[in-house]
Formats: sequence, structure tokens, C-alpha cells
Amino acid sequence: MTETALTLPTANGPRRNRRRRTGATRVGRPLQYLALLGYIVFLGFPLLFLLTTSLKSARELQSPNPTLWPTDVDWSNFSGAIEKANLFVAAGNSLTVALATTVFVTLISLPAAYALSRFKTKLRGIATVWILLSQVFPFILIIIPLFLVLKQIGLINNLVGLVLVYSVWSLPFALWMLQGYVAGIPVELEEAAAMDGASRFRTLRTIVLPLLSPGLVATCLFTFISAWNEFFFALVLIQDPNLQTLPLALARFIGSEGQVQLGQLAAASLLATIPSLLFFVLIQRRLTSGLLAGAVKG
Amino acid sequence: MTATATAPAPMKRRRRRGGGVAGSSGRDAWLLVLPALIPVLVLSVYPLLQGIFLGFTDSRAGFNIPTNFNGIDNYVKLSGNGLFWSSFQIGLIWAFSVTALQFLAALGLALLLNLDLKFRWLARTLALVPWAMPPVVIAIMWRLMFNPTYGPIDEIMRAFGLPGDTNWLGNFATALPAVIVVGVWAGMPQTTITLLAGLQSVPLELHEAASIDGAGTIKRFWHVTLPALRPIIVAITTLDLIWNFNSFALVYVLTAGGPGGQTMLPMLFAYNEAFRYGNFGYAAAMGNVMVILIGFFLFFYLRSQARSRLS
Repeated sequence: MTETALTLPTANGPRRNRRRRTGATRVGRPLQYLALLGYIVFLGFPLLFLLTTSLKSARELQSPNPTLWPTDVDWSNFSGAIEKANLFVAAGNSLTVALATTVFVTLISLPAAYALSRFKTKLRGIATVWILLSQVFPFILIIIPLFLVLKQIGLINNLVGLVLVYSVWSLPFALWMLQGYVAGIPVELEEAAAMDGASRFRTLRTIVLPLLSPGLVATCLFTFISAWNEFFFALVLIQDPNLQTLPLALARFIGSEGQVQLGQLAAASLLATIPSLLFFVLIQRRLTSGLLAGAVKG
Repeated sequence: MTATATAPAPMKRRRRRGGGVAGSSGRDAWLLVLPALIPVLVLSVYPLLQGIFLGFTDSRAGFNIPTNFNGIDNYVKLSGNGLFWSSFQIGLIWAFSVTALQFLAALGLALLLNLDLKFRWLARTLALVPWAMPPVVIAIMWRLMFNPTYGPIDEIMRAFGLPGDTNWLGNFATALPAVIVVGVWAGMPQTTITLLAGLQSVPLELHEAASIDGAGTIKRFWHVTLPALRPIIVAITTLDLIWNFNSFALVYVLTAGGPGGQTMLPMLFAYNEAFRYGNFGYAAAMGNVMVILIGFFLFFYLRSQARSRLS
């Protein structure tokens, strides 16, 4: 399977390069490290700063001579952020919406991905075109009619409406990934099972599903993260403060900024990142190989 | 193995299946795709077509306001709307600079990550984090960074004796460059990882052959690495350009389009038109103009790439 061949850098990167650059760029080494340091600072410093801000007391945040690391670590911003009732409710809403979206997307994309990669019908071309087109059109064109439709059927200000929108919105990507994973399972395995007298359903359950599960997990987590992070649709479709998702609540938190709130704002932002970051660590390898698998075999 | 033992049979089966595309397997495929197809038609295809159509009407928010088809009125009005065109210009500056800088930064990082350097793991991990962060959180983080009284950027400038009181996001001259930096930071992961995967699929033999012919590092980069990466570069910069042009959350939270419309991306402009002022038809017309322009750029970019690959 190409998947293993493409799993990212650690596997064959270093050995290859050691062979390649025998003495070629001994002078370049320090420069390379300097550049790497530059990247590490650019990418890492904002994160470090967010972390240390969340650990500073309100008094220290107002100090005229701030230090990067807090003089005494203060965890009260985190409890303060959690105690803000609307953030807690918002986290609950985000979790509900993201989980429901993940389940729904998985249920509808799994059979579709299987059909698209196994049956050579016209559907496949249509699906590819749609997947690509869905990336090009600006959301503003979709959101206005969607707003009107959802309003008509009473799903504005409703988490069900949000789940439906998120599902359709993350479907192209889920299909793209899953279809690549399905294509990576040899058809011969299914045919062998059929020869041995297994029914279609049984073949799918006992042969395809187990082989597909790592890719399925990656797709699920990716869908979860997309829904958890999404902002624009939520901004338009949800007005009730009790129904707002975490990104919405955080964006409104800023309005009430003020120097005193900075610590709590940083703490809340960190807390909001943890779930998707955790999931991301779990799937990053598979995600990249999945993208490529979809690209290579789609 | 069993696979070899049963090999002849699947061949026959597949042929039969292939012949019956219009028959049972075609119906199977439709049946399996249907659960995904219905929501897509209702919540994606229909709204999209309706949205394009709304761009030719005077649709407004609110109950019982009749919607009338008004042809190209919206576009005539748009062509005289200086604010929209300046927002469009800002959108293009934003999309092209973010995409270009993102690409250069990501290419540099990918090349470094492809070397056998210490601390590579750290840079690699850090490069992935922005991918997982909600755009709203990224924006909040950079608001803190750019904060004129508390933010570390002004702090560092003061430490070097420079005027450290710039209100980066509130200043006419610095707001757009500042949000572009954030855009680059937020979008680097996808580009880096994609390019890195591409770098690792460049056949080693090509490099060896070039070395034997006496090509140095830079020559090999120009004549071996870049041409081999080309399809991946075209694909990722195309996607980046589309994503950046259509991006919303980052700048909405950073500046909400301010100061004085200096960072008013077209998406923000259209959002305000639709959901602040309620001019649905007019906003949809803006969306149509955006699609046409982005399609135009993509067409020329992809065509020039296809041509130079042939030559």
C-alpha cells in the first residue's frame, strides 16, 4: 500500500540525506540551524506567550515591566474561565455538535465512499467535480439561502440545524479521505471471501470494516476537529447565547476584553484548543497519508 | 497464498460486474450514495444555485418582503461601489501575499525538515499545531501578541530601542501586513506537510545522477527538486489561494475589517452587507463576482502551469 510508503518524514528522510550530502554543505550547517531556530521562534513563541499569559495573575498582567515567564504561576485564570457559565455551556454545545456531526458524517459517507471507489459509475466523476467545486465557492453564496431554508423549517438558532450544515460542509473532505482508504484495500480480499460463500454484508463487516478502521478513525477525528473549530456558520445561524458554540463564546469574550480579562481569555483559548490538539496528535500521521491516498487513488 | 489461488475467478467476476454497470451494480452504487446525496442536494447544491440566483434579485432580510428579479441591477450598483472594489483589492492583496509568503516559508521549512537536523522534531510538531487550533483562538492569540501596551512585539521593539508603541492592528499602515503575518502563521502546516511529502517522493537516483554530473546543491534544487515538486506546488498553492480568498474567521476576530476598512476582506464585506444591513440579494451578487474573479485567476494560473510543463 502506498500509505506505508508515504508515511511521513522520520522513516527514510535522514538516511537518504546523509548519503546525499557527503561534505557538500558543511559550511551551510550553521545557517541551516539558524533558519530552523527562526522557524521555531516564529511558530512557537506565540504559543508560549499564550501559555504564560494564562498563568499570570491580573496584577502581574498590568505590571509595567512584564516578564515572559510569570513571576509566580497563578492557575486561577483557568478556574475563572471555567466558572464563566457561558463558556461551560458553550463547550457542551460544541461537544454535542461536533460529536453529532461526526456520527452523521460517518454514517452517510461510509457507504458512499465504498460505492464511489468500488463501482465504476458516472457517480464518481460527478462526486469529484462536486468535491472540487465545493472548495471554490465562497460561503457567502451558500449561507444566505441556507439561512432562509433553515429559517423556514425552524432550524435557525437550533443545534440540529448547525449539525446538518456542518455535516454537509465536512462531507466532501470525509468522502475524499475515505474513498482513498477504501481503494487501498485489495478487491481480491472481498472476492476471496465471496468465493468462500460469505454474503455481501458479511464480507463488508468482517473484511472491509476492520481493514478500514484506522482510516475511519482518522476521518472521524478530522470531522470532529473541523466542527469543533468552525466559526462562520455558527456566527450566522446561532444567536441565542445559550446555544452558542465555543468559538462564538470566545469571540464574544473579546468584546469584554479589558486588561484584567486577558489572563482568562488566554486560559479559555487554551482550554478550547486542547480537545482538537489532542485528537490531532493522534491522527496527524494518518491524516497526511490519507490526504495523499485520496489524491493518488481517487 | 489464497489470493493467487483464486486469482482467475475474480477476473471473470470483475468483467461481469463491469458489463452490468447499468444493471444491478449501478443501482447498488446509487443506493449506497443516496444517504449522502440527499443532504448534499438539499443543503449544498440547492443553496448554491439559489445563492447564485439571489445575486440577480433584490432579496432583503425580514418577513413578507417580496423578492423581485432585477437582472443586472446589483452589478451596475456594485460597479459604482468604491468600498466594495477597495475591499476586493484588499482581498486580492491578502490572498496573494498570504499564499506566496506561506509557500516560501513552508518550502524553506520543508527543506529543513527534510535534512537530518537536531530539533527537527520540535519544528515539525510546532509546524502542525496551528492546523489543530480553532481560527478564533489563533486570532485571539495574535491580538495578545500585537497588543500595544501588553504585547511582546512592542516589548521586544522597545528592548532594541525602537519606538515600541505601534498599535499594529489599529494603525492604517500596519494593520494589513499584521493580519497577513497571522494568515501565514495559521496556514503554514498544510503547505509544509504537503511539500515535505512531495520532497520525500523525489527519487534519490535523480539527485545522485545530478551530483555525478557535477551539479551543486543549488543547481540540484533548481533542476531536480523544483521540477519534481511542480505538480504538488501547483496543487497546494491553488488550494491555498482559494482558501485564503474565502477566509473569514481569522480577520473577523483580529480586526473585524478595521481600522477604517483597511482589512475589510470581501467575505467580511459581504457578510456585513447580508447580515448587518440585510441586503441578501446585493451580498449574493458580491459572492457571484468573487466566484468569477477567483475562477478567472485559477484558470490563468493553471493554464500557464500546464503550458510551461509541456514546453
